[in-house]
Amino acid sequence: MTQIRLTTPLTDADVEKLRIGQQVLISGVIYTGRDAAHKRMVDLIQAGKENELPFNPKGQIIYYVGPSPTKPGKVVGSCGPTTSYRMDPYAPELHRLGLKASIGKGKRSPEVIDAMKKYKAVYFAAIGGAAALIAKSIKSAKVIAYPDLGAEAVHEFAVEDFPMVVVNDTLGGDLYQEGMKIYAVK
Amino acid sequence: MCMESNYYLGEDVIRAIKKGLETEVSNTGKEILQIILKNAEIAREEQVPMCQDTGFTVIFLELGQDVHIEGGDLYEAIKAGVAKGYIDGYLRKSIVSHPLDRKNTGDNAPPVIYTTIVPGENLKIVVCPKGGGAENMSAIKMLKPADGVEGVKNFVLDVARNAGPNPCPPVILGVGIGGTMEKAALIAKEALLREVGEKSKDPSMAALEEELLEKINNMGMGPQGLGGRTYALAVHINTYPAHIASLPVAVNINCHAARHKEVVL
Repeated sequence: MTQIRLTTPLTDADVEKLRIGQQVLISGVIYTGRDAAHKRMVDLIQAGKENELPFNPKGQIIYYVGPSPTKPGKVVGSCGPTTSYRMDPYAPELHRLGLKASIGKGKRSPEVIDAMKKYKAVYFAAIGGAAALIAKSIKSAKVIAYPDLGAEAVHEFAVEDFPMVVVNDTLGGDLYQEGMKIYAVK
Repeated sequence: MCMESNYYLGEDVIRAIKKGLETEVSNTGKEILQIILKNAEIAREEQVPMCQDTGFTVIFLELGQDVHIEGGDLYEAIKAGVAKGYIDGYLRKSIVSHPLDRKNTGDNAPPVIYTTIVPGENLKIVVCPKGGGAENMSAIKMLKPADGVEGVKNFVLDVARNAGPNPCPPVILGVGIGGTMEKAALIAKEALLREVGEKSKDPSMAALEEELLEKINNMGMGPQGLGGRTYALAVHINTYPAHIASLPVAVNINCHAARHKEVVL
């Protein structure tokens, strides 16, 4: 299968051409966040303190991950995706501010899929459990906010050819639904 | 034990994934299974966790009734061992001290410990780190006896369908049928301790395991839920006598990082 290479930050045009099932290799800077960090970020947005966010979401990608601790001599610990639905209550607000993509694993809510259509964003799945392998695509890592959250702190990763698959595109397509239809035994 | 269980994927799981590779019809599905094998290789070689979620440490103890333990509290010793393993092994600390105020304990303790007393003079310890993603997709239901085997089948299939891509398929399903509510859940978890694909000793349950496995894989969800025929590597069923009024069914899902490490002292 042909792979599409993209470099962050992403534009509307970058994500609008993506379709479900396509394999994408991402390079550039991405940010991490899980439940606890999302709650803090969305609380800030709702309090009108967008300028205090750990990063400006416009054009950026957020990766749902809580890495394992970094072993001496390594860039980062194992870091595969966590299940995305836990971030569903927060994702639409970040897409409203221009977040172009999220990376995780598992189904998204209809509200998030609608928000991605409305604000031109996509959802990528990385391979859940392939955490030691994924760590190889990460070239540098640092905590930029909420260090008190430990593994759940917001990290900035510089990535090179981080592999993922488009699950939801800007047209509202859903690979989890479509992939299952193709292979179901009637 | 905590470190080894997180670095080394069991041979039984590797065999089951390789078998899945032979039968998987989706190219993406095949690629994913290959990536999972490659990931296990990297984890083994570099001594890093195969998955960043190094789990809630679930421990099964089989304590021989002739064993006398000296020098302190066995559970405290296990708790200290878990903390040491997770700190020294660069494993993620994923436990919060209270489910509502959610402050991390910082050392992955406490573990969840189940003890059974057995004849003999040995102490068997089985360490099974259990990831949150697959645990969250597990479910239990108190069926009516009239629901029978069809009710059981429908519930197990519903749980798998509802879980979809979330628990990191290919998965293993542990099914507990019978007992009280918590007993059904416990025997479902114990079913995950079996070697992947080892059939139930009860021929009717072995047949049910096979039927459910086929039906789940035929839904087409496939590896990572992206389409294919290898959603589950195995279904393991355990049963226990039930009350005349009850038919509890529990489904405990395990991800492909099905980790367990056993020692006998």
